[in-house]
Amino acid sequence: MTTTGKRLLMVSPMLMAFALGVFLYQGIGQDPNYSESSLIGQPLPTFSGETLLAPSKAVTQADMLGQPALINVWATWCPTCRAEHEFLVDIAEQDEVRIFGVNYHDQRSGAQQWLQELGNPYVFSVFDPNGILGIELGVVGAPETYLIDAQGVVVDKLTGELNERTWPLLRSQYLSLLEETN
Amino acid sequence: MFKAVLTVVFFCLAGLVSLVESPLAHADIKSYEFSEPKMANRFVDLTTVLRCPKCQNQNLADSDSIIAKDLRAQVQSLINKGQTDQQITDFMVQRYGEFILYDPPLKKSTLVLWLGPFGMVLIGSWALWFFGRKTQNQGAMLTPLEQQQLDQLLADNKHTDRD
Repeated sequence: MTTTGKRLLMVSPMLMAFALGVFLYQGIGQDPNYSESSLIGQPLPTFSGETLLAPSKAVTQADMLGQPALINVWATWCPTCRAEHEFLVDIAEQDEVRIFGVNYHDQRSGAQQWLQELGNPYVFSVFDPNGILGIELGVVGAPETYLIDAQGVVVDKLTGELNERTWPLLRSQYLSLLEETN
Repeated sequence: MFKAVLTVVFFCLAGLVSLVESPLAHADIKSYEFSEPKMANRFVDLTTVLRCPKCQNQNLADSDSIIAKDLRAQVQSLINKGQTDQQITDFMVQRYGEFILYDPPLKKSTLVLWLGPFGMVLIGSWALWFFGRKTQNQGAMLTPLEQQQLDQLLADNKHTDRD
């Protein structure tokens, strides 16, 4: 074997280790909780449920159609939901964003009281104490916010708090959907 | 060369052990009722290979998170409804993506996942073989005279130790 060949043989494991290092380095800083929702591009699942405020009122996915909207998964036991609630009220009132709620794994009375005290940004909240609708939507935990178009196709999903920093990620898409609809 | 063989054998053994070792489901299976005992076994198998979407390094059987409990109940209900393992797996993938599979299918996007470990074993055994061989060559470079001197030195050293 030539000297060059030998040298090449000697450094090749090092090169491969280096390549592995580069590959692993790329993973640093990526959100390990991020996983793209498999619902994106899909129509809303069909469901039938009752609303939080009016137990006798049955709602289905059809009640969420007609205009682009947000679907916000929330619960009173979820601190991040509390943190984002004021922001939801703000965009619902000031920007007239249509928001539907999914009250996830919660007690009805406590959730009703929460809306009374903190304000109600939702057109209605689907009462989902057992997470049945949650599974259909692919909800991992609260809060999660889905953006749907007027036909009920899921366009994007935000896991975690909706606030001044994260809302712009959805807002531009929401506005262009709104333009398409009107 | 022997070192390289040993390395490969070691990794093969490690692989075998992980195959033989059957994962234990930690969820209390007794609290899940099934119409047939066979279904309980399927429940254990499914909740072992399905990953908890919230907790990354745990399967559905292992996790106490809300979503894992919900999905265990869902698996139970789908089994009792007579769905096959494949149907239940598809149900989960449809909602949570392939992320939920601890046993992902072999395809282009999972190629690194499946072949990566073999590549590492290859690199590792190659490196061991390469550097191991080099050491042996150096050892063989002693002339008979040098070997004799070395033996003498070692013998002297032993003698000194005893004093």
